[in-house]
Amino acid sequence: MASPVPPSAVDAPKKVTLTGYVGFDTITQQIERKLLKRGFAFNVMVVGRSGMGKSTLVNTLFAAHLKDSNAPKRADTFRQTVDIQSISHVIEENGVKLKLTITDTPGYGDQVNNDNCWDPIIKYIKEQYSAYLRKELTPAREKRIPDTRIHAVLFFIAPTGHALTPLDITVMKKISEVANVIPVIAKADSLTMEERTAFKRRIKEEIEFHGIRCYPYIDIEEDVILSDTDRVERQTVQMIRDMIPFAIVGSERNVVIDGKAVRGRRTRWGIIDVENESHCEFVHLRNFLTRSHLQDMIETTASVHYEAFRTKQLVALKESTSQMGSYRSGPDTSSMTASQVSAA
Amino acid sequence: MADVVSIPIVKKKLAGYVGFHNLPNQVHRKSVKKGFQFTLMVVGESGLGKSTLVNTLFNTSLYPNKENKEPTHESPKTVEIQTISADIEENGVKLKLTVIDTPGFGDFVNNEESWRPILENIEARYDAYLEQENRVNRKRIVDTRVHACLYFIAPTGHSLKPLDIEFMKQLAGRVNLIPVIAKSDTLTEDEIKAFKARILEDIAYNKIQIYQPPMYDNDDPETVQENKDIISRIPFAIVGSDKEVDVGGKKVRGRKYPWGVIEVDNEDHCDFVKLRQMLVRTHMEELKEYTNEVLYESYRISKLARGGYEVSSDGSALNPLSKFEEEKLAHEQKMAKMEAEMKAVFQQKVAEKEAKLKQSEEELYARHREMKEQLEKQRLELEEKKRRLESGRPGTPEKGKKNKGLFK
Repeated sequence: MASPVPPSAVDAPKKVTLTGYVGFDTITQQIERKLLKRGFAFNVMVVGRSGMGKSTLVNTLFAAHLKDSNAPKRADTFRQTVDIQSISHVIEENGVKLKLTITDTPGYGDQVNNDNCWDPIIKYIKEQYSAYLRKELTPAREKRIPDTRIHAVLFFIAPTGHALTPLDITVMKKISEVANVIPVIAKADSLTMEERTAFKRRIKEEIEFHGIRCYPYIDIEEDVILSDTDRVERQTVQMIRDMIPFAIVGSERNVVIDGKAVRGRRTRWGIIDVENESHCEFVHLRNFLTRSHLQDMIETTASVHYEAFRTKQLVALKESTSQMGSYRSGPDTSSMTASQVSAA
Repeated sequence: MADVVSIPIVKKKLAGYVGFHNLPNQVHRKSVKKGFQFTLMVVGESGLGKSTLVNTLFNTSLYPNKENKEPTHESPKTVEIQTISADIEENGVKLKLTVIDTPGFGDFVNNEESWRPILENIEARYDAYLEQENRVNRKRIVDTRVHACLYFIAPTGHSLKPLDIEFMKQLAGRVNLIPVIAKSDTLTEDEIKAFKARILEDIAYNKIQIYQPPMYDNDDPETVQENKDIISRIPFAIVGSDKEVDVGGKKVRGRKYPWGVIEVDNEDHCDFVKLRQMLVRTHMEELKEYTNEVLYESYRISKLARGGYEVSSDGSALNPLSKFEEEKLAHEQKMAKMEAEMKAVFQQKVAEKEAKLKQSEEELYARHREMKEQLEKQRLELEEKKRRLESGRPGTPEKGKKNKGLFK
């Protein structure tokens, strides 16, 4: 074994000035080229009672008719349990391909008795993690594991103007433990400005009171020396956290305002412009979701939620194998095959 | 029963002035003096604007603004029933208005049977009225029956929820059900039209009997047209507001948004005016009449057909004969019961006495035996002493004295 390296040589790499242009700054372009070829995948889940405008919002966010509303067509077709339906589209913009998967949860909160209506949702999210984990643990695994993990969950809150319902609180808490939850106030055009601020404040109080961790997360490291970029980033995160929950209005139809055709809603007493910041916060949500934090959400899902799931699974797996090889099924190990058990 | 003789009605022309055209005025004066009562129930999930609508309808702040409570872990477990009463007056006409609120309806995770407390409350009010009707002194009857129930539908724009359908099914036969679309400023005109059509479809599919304002043939065409208008707007798409906003210099009741102001009293903006017209201005008496003549009667029939009721003491039978039979039967039963009871008591007493006698007999025997034994013992002692004396044992003088005492 080599002699131990003196500690002074390991920490604080010395800053060296280059005497000429090397050219390794093109690594960002190399990565970009590679990523462009590969394409991105983003998985969104929308959770909320029927009639909140979930499908409309998704269509508005990505400016394309991606999904139809899941309203019951006839009076007798009421679902008894929560369905999970996913549809995928590949949308392209400026050469960047995005494989967008939208998972809808029709039937959530619609029945008379909504006990455990959140179980199918949590199960689905965990199944995606476990499928990914299984693929990761296979001895001969693919170069790029297709990522079906849910990166963002948009949780729709009804614009009652009072407080969160017990169902909302329970479900938000459960989902925030396994995925990134972004609460939004649906159909915010039914609240006046004062009602909106009061409602938001009330929701924030309740979220804090019940300990629901919404995305974006604030890192709690206080003693890290922040660089300028870090500080700016933290400010934006704080700004976004202050705006949560986003009060949004969605629309796929165009209305004419001042001669321009914009997406909005026309009523007898006024026209709501979806992209107008003083009308609703759709613009902020869209920028947050697609322009600034898309990659961050994918990363947070992989590094925080998926890792937590993985740790729990592998610990459980180790415990079950250490029990003299008796294959006792612990939490979610039923999704593991025998090869995983021997590989761990 | 004798046949009813049909008396031919002859139309006569009056020769002079009689004056009975003043009858409506007399009725009017009397009713105004008596005052009117109206009981309204509002049902719907929290946050749909029920309290605001009530305040808007009657132009008073019946309901104070809901205070924002601190978030707690406890939440109410059942649907509550809260009643507020107010005496309001307009142009000398007094109205005692009672509003029943149902907080908690539809707010829980599990909402099964959430309609039950509400139905029970309505039926309890019918029961109270039934009891008052059957009393001997019927001068002061207080009518607390619910005359109309406004059911608030959330403005999803899709269709009715299972909870809505279940509630309406359960209550449609007991109360005048008027569905309204709450917070309808969130829907555009087309969406409202489609939503209303879908709601009516759902209601018809589930055979729910909502309140239909009656159409009379002999009304003047204006009223008929008004009626038609009102009926066509059911379910009413409403917006409520008890605050005033500035519109072009005037102060109107409405809601101010960054993109415009919606006026509550503007017929083009929402159906609030039509709802108020129906509820207060034109159909209040109709609602009360329908409640009294149809809903209350049907409840009464179903209750009495079930065979009397546990609440009141007199079992109202259909005719006196059967009542007599009933009474005789009841009396005989009572007599038989009393007889049996008395027999039982008698038997019991006899048994008791016997037991007592036995016991005293035993006691006597025991005492007898005891005394015999004692006597025996004494005799033996005496004999012993006698023997001793005769055998010449030196006896102490006390012993002799004792002996003497014994022989006494």
